[in-house]
Amino acid sequence: MRPARKALVLHNRDNVATALSDIEVGTLVIVKVGDQTMELIVNQAIPFGHKFAIENIEEGQPVYKYGEKIGKAAKPIKVGQHVHTHNLESIRGKANQQQ
Amino acid sequence: MNFQGYRRPDGSVGIRNHTLILPTVICASETASRIAAQVKGTVTFTHQHGCAQIGQDMEQTFKTLAGIGRNPNVTATLIIGLGCETIGAEKILKAIEREGKPTEMLNIQDEHGTRRTIKKGVAIAKRMAKTTIRMKREPCNVSELVVGLECGGSDVTSGIAANPALGAASDMVIKEGGTTILSETTELIGAEHIIAKRASTPHVEERIYEIVKRMEQKIKATCADFISGQPTPGNMKGGLTTIEEKSLGCIFKAGTAQIKEVLEYGEKPSEKGLVIMDTPGHDVESITGMIAGGAQLIAFTTGQGTPVGSAVAPVIKITGNPRTYRTMRENIDVNAGTIIDGKETIEQVGKRIFNEIIKVASGKRTKAESFGYHEFAINRIGPTL
Repeated sequence: MRPARKALVLHNRDNVATALSDIEVGTLVIVKVGDQTMELIVNQAIPFGHKFAIENIEEGQPVYKYGEKIGKAAKPIKVGQHVHTHNLESIRGKANQQQ
Repeated sequence: MNFQGYRRPDGSVGIRNHTLILPTVICASETASRIAAQVKGTVTFTHQHGCAQIGQDMEQTFKTLAGIGRNPNVTATLIIGLGCETIGAEKILKAIEREGKPTEMLNIQDEHGTRRTIKKGVAIAKRMAKTTIRMKREPCNVSELVVGLECGGSDVTSGIAANPALGAASDMVIKEGGTTILSETTELIGAEHIIAKRASTPHVEERIYEIVKRMEQKIKATCADFISGQPTPGNMKGGLTTIEEKSLGCIFKAGTAQIKEVLEYGEKPSEKGLVIMDTPGHDVESITGMIAGGAQLIAFTTGQGTPVGSAVAPVIKITGNPRTYRTMRENIDVNAGTIIDGKETIEQVGKRIFNEIIKVASGKRTKAESFGYHEFAINRIGPTL
């Protein structure tokens, strides 16, 4: 197993990582968050470029990437789960909705 | 730092010598194309507009067509009109002529139809194109360059690799006294607070929030979630989930410089350094606006790859996706995928992009130019009557 450089966390406030290669179910991934290193098991297949949670995110809570809000969790998200259109929704992109 | 460019009588600097055959209106597009096809050194494009338009929308189309003719890469313009359209050839002629460039016009109705318009048009275009052959490149300073920054067909690598590298190159252009334009207001949504902090004055800061709000209101007036259009299906396949995520990745291409002013669509910068132009995220409408505003060159990042070019300004294609570089190499000029592969730093790739800008400004052809691509689209802001 080559855990290094499989995924990237762009800011230490982030709760998601970005896959730098296709990651298979059950892969142990090591990511760097600021100066810290963390290990986690990816429990869903993550295609190259897609995101997975590096901490549990409650429904309605913001999802952070680049240290900024990219939307909110549409349902509870567990560590290692794929984060995409099925469980992350835009706040600014919704019609007739105030921020 | 210098590149080899063409100095124009009005003091501006071009990096190409195009004779432009400019149709005022869709009804003249085909005739313009037939003329351009017969004369080497000419460029043209088709568009859908120029008639049945009113108010600000009509003004914006007029400004764009005139701006394209005024672009320093255009040495001479032959305007082909129909004769009865809203934005007449004469109005465009006057606007371009002011810059002291050879500009002529023909109206198809006045010439009694296709054959005579083409015959006369070809003769004029040949005469115009001939004068450009004698023009020689000379050393011109990077401070004369206006580079339009664009991203399209984005994926996750755009925000991680290609855009930060283009941002580094943008900083280098500005350090040399040049100008870069950040556009695509749609892709500031969710990231405007970061960009606004870099405004040079409170007025510029206000204008940044203003254009984003205006764009958001326009989108909301359609009563549709704009998630159906932005991010695009391809963006989502590439891993981008929300407009906020896309925007945050997009703004990296503007580097770290201060923002000097906010321009309307197709408006010419009055300041050097980094400026913002209010355009939609639609790639071709966006680059057309920047070229109408005087950009001689476009630096265009893409995750999934796109072949788009322009008749008037060379478009340098940069991908941050190593796979796209392998699969679409014929359309890509710079590989920034080395950042994802861990072989180069953002700064190193930024330097390579800057060097490519200098080479292309000095005459090196881009992939889009080699294919002769010349997409063109004007951003419409009103109804067609």
